[in-house]
Amino acid sequence: MSEKILEMKELVKTYIMGDEEQVVLRGVNLEINRGDFVSILGPSGSGKTTLMNIIGCLDVPTRGTYHLSGELIRDLPEAALSHIRNREIGFIFQQFQLLPRLTAQKNVELPLIYAGVPEKERQERSASILERVGLAEKMKNRPNQLSGGQQQRVAIARALVTEPTILLADEPTGALDQTTGHQIMALFQELSKEGKTIVMITHDSDVAKNGSRIVRIIDGNLSEGVYNA
Amino acid sequence: MLKESIKMALENIISNKMRSFLTMLGIIIGVASIIALITIVSGATATVTNQVSSMGANKVTVQIQGTPLKKGLTQGALESLAKIPNISGISPTISGKTTVASNGISMEDIALQGKNDVYFKNTTDVISSGRTINPIDIENQSRVSLIGSDIVKKLFYGKNPIGQEIKIGGISYTVIGVLQESSRFSSAGQNSAVMIPYTTAMGIVGAKYINNLDIFVQDEAMASTTTQQIEGVLKQDFNGNTDAYSVMNMQSILDTIQSMTSILSMMLGGIASISLVVGGIGIMNMMLVSVTERTSEIGLRKALGAEPIQIQMQFLIESVVLSLMGGIIGFILGVALAWVVCIIIGTTFVLTAGTVILAIGFSAAIGIIFGFAPARKASRLNPIDALRSI
Ligand SMILES: Nc1ncnc2c1ncn2[C@@H]1O[C@H](COP(=O)(O)OP(=O)(O)OP(=O)(O)O)[C@@H](O)[C@H]1O
Ligand SMILES: [Mg+2]
Repeated sequence: MSEKILEMKELVKTYIMGDEEQVVLRGVNLEINRGDFVSILGPSGSGKTTLMNIIGCLDVPTRGTYHLSGELIRDLPEAALSHIRNREIGFIFQQFQLLPRLTAQKNVELPLIYAGVPEKERQERSASILERVGLAEKMKNRPNQLSGGQQQRVAIARALVTEPTILLADEPTGALDQTTGHQIMALFQELSKEGKTIVMITHDSDVAKNGSRIVRIIDGNLSEGVYNA
Repeated sequence: MLKESIKMALENIISNKMRSFLTMLGIIIGVASIIALITIVSGATATVTNQVSSMGANKVTVQIQGTPLKKGLTQGALESLAKIPNISGISPTISGKTTVASNGISMEDIALQGKNDVYFKNTTDVISSGRTINPIDIENQSRVSLIGSDIVKKLFYGKNPIGQEIKIGGISYTVIGVLQESSRFSSAGQNSAVMIPYTTAMGIVGAKYINNLDIFVQDEAMASTTTQQIEGVLKQDFNGNTDAYSVMNMQSILDTIQSMTSILSMMLGGIASISLVVGGIGIMNMMLVSVTERTSEIGLRKALGAEPIQIQMQFLIESVVLSLMGGIIGFILGVALAWVVCIIIGTTFVLTAGTVILAIGFSAAIGIIFGFAPARKASRLNPIDALRSI
C-alpha cells in the first residue's frame, strides 16, 4: 500500500458572477499516491484549470476538503499558502513562464530563493538539476536563446529543484510541436520511473496516455477509467 | 533575499536605461538644486560670519542719526559713556568728504575719517607702514594723517610718503603712515581714504558732532548688559528720543545674519523640494507601469513561493534604488555646481556631513514614499489572474 499524498473529498468550487452562482467543480473526489503519474483529461471549459489552481494551492475550494501531505488546505493567509506552494508544488506551465532577463540557471534558482536556500547551495542544486534535464551546456543562456523544448526543460528543472511533493503540469506540451512534445513526455516518463509524483492536465487524449492513471473531467465531474476515444 | 532584490532592481533599471534615466531626472534636478542652494548659502553665511566676527565680537557699534536740534553726540556724552564699567575703550569716528593735495596734484571727494588710538589698538592690520595715531596726537590735535594706497600712488607716485606733507581740506598735515591695501569688497573704500585724529577733525576741520562710535568691551559675556547701559546713556543724551541712535553689538549682527540666511535657505530649499515631489511622482508612475508590465512575473513569483511582503519589498527596493541613484547623481552635480559658484563669487565652499545625509536621506525617502503604493499594488495581485495575464 503506497502513501497517500493528496486527497479531495466532495470538493466544490463555485464562482459568483453578479447574482449568479456558477458551479465549476461539482463534488470532486480524488486520491493520489506517491509515485502516481495522473493525467487529468477534459475538454475546454470543463474545469481543468480551476482544479489545477486548487491542487496547486493557488486557490481554495468553496466546499469540501483538500488534504495535501496530510495538511488541510483551506482559506489560509496568502503567505502561508506561498510557503505550502514553495514546499509541496512544482509548477510546469503551458507557456513555460520563464523570466526573460534571467539565465536558465537563475530561473531555476528562483524557487530556492523563496525557500531561503543560500546562494552557493542554490547554484549547485540548479546546476545539477539542469544537467539532469540535459541542459548542462545551456545554463548561462537566457530564455530567448533557447528553443521551446529547451525552455520547457528549464521550467521542468525549476519545478524539480525544490524536490516538491507533486509536479503539477498544465498542458506542458501545449506550446510545443509534436516531436518536442514527445521528448518532453519521455522526460516525464523517466521522472515518473524515478518515483516522482506527477499530475498533468491536458485536453489531448494522446498526451494523457503517458500517465499511469487517466482521470476524466467533464463539466466539473471527475471519473476514472481507461479512456477509449 | 535583499541582495537578490537589489540585483534584480539594478538589472531592471539597466534594461530600461532611457526610461530609468528620464524617471531619475526629476530626482536629479531636485537633489542637485537643494544641495547647490544649501552649500552656496552656507558658504556665503560662513564667509560673511567670518568677516563680521573678524570685526570683533567685543565691539558695540553706535550710529547716531540725530534729531533736527542735535545732530550728533557731544564730547560730554562721550565722557559719560567712558564711565560705564566693562568698557575698555571708545573709538569715535567722524566721517566726511574732503579734498587732498600734494606735489601739485589734488584728489577730490576723498573719505575723511577722524579716529583715535583705541581704534588702532583694537583693529589689526590697519597700516602697512609708518605708525598709527597715538594718544598724544589726540591730546594735541596734531596735524598728522594716515593715507590710503591709492592716494600714495596718485600723489606720491608710489614713493614712500612718510614724513611728507599733504594738504587735507587746504590744511597741511604730516603723513605718518599708509593704510593697508585691501582687496576685500567690504573694506575696499580705505584704499582712497585719509585718517586723522578725531580731535583734529573736531577742532580744525570744524566737525561738531560724533556720528559713529565703536565701543570695546572687556568681557564679551557681559556685552549685552553693557549694551543696555550704553543705550541708557544715549537715551538720556537725546532726551528719550530712541530714534536718534542705534546700538548694535557684533553678536546680535551675527545672530541676525544667521537667522536671515537660515530663513533664506529654508525658503529656497522649499522651492527646490517641489521638484523632488515632481520627481517622486515620476518614480511612482514608472513603478506603476513596471508593475503592470510585470504582472505575469509577479504571478509566477507568487506561484513559486514568494510571499506578498517579499514582492512588496522587491518593488520598494527597486524604487529606492532608482531614487537613490538619482539622488547620488544629483548630489554630485549639486556639489559641483556649488563649488563653481563659490569660486566665482569668492565665498568659502563648505560641504558638511549633514548635506550628504540630507541628499541620501531625501532621495531614499522619496523612493519609499512614492514606491509604496506601486509595491503594495504588486503584492496584492492575485497569482491566478496575474499568471493568466500573458
Ligand atoms: N475567475 C473566474 N470567475 C468566474 N468564472 C470562472 C473563473 N475561472 C473560471 N471560470 C469558469 O469556470 C469554468 C471552467 O474554467 P476552467 O478555466 O477551469 O476550464 P478549463 O478546463 O481549464 O478550460 P480550457 O481547457 O479552455 O483551459 C469556465 O466556464 C469558466 O468560465
Ligand atoms: Mg485551462
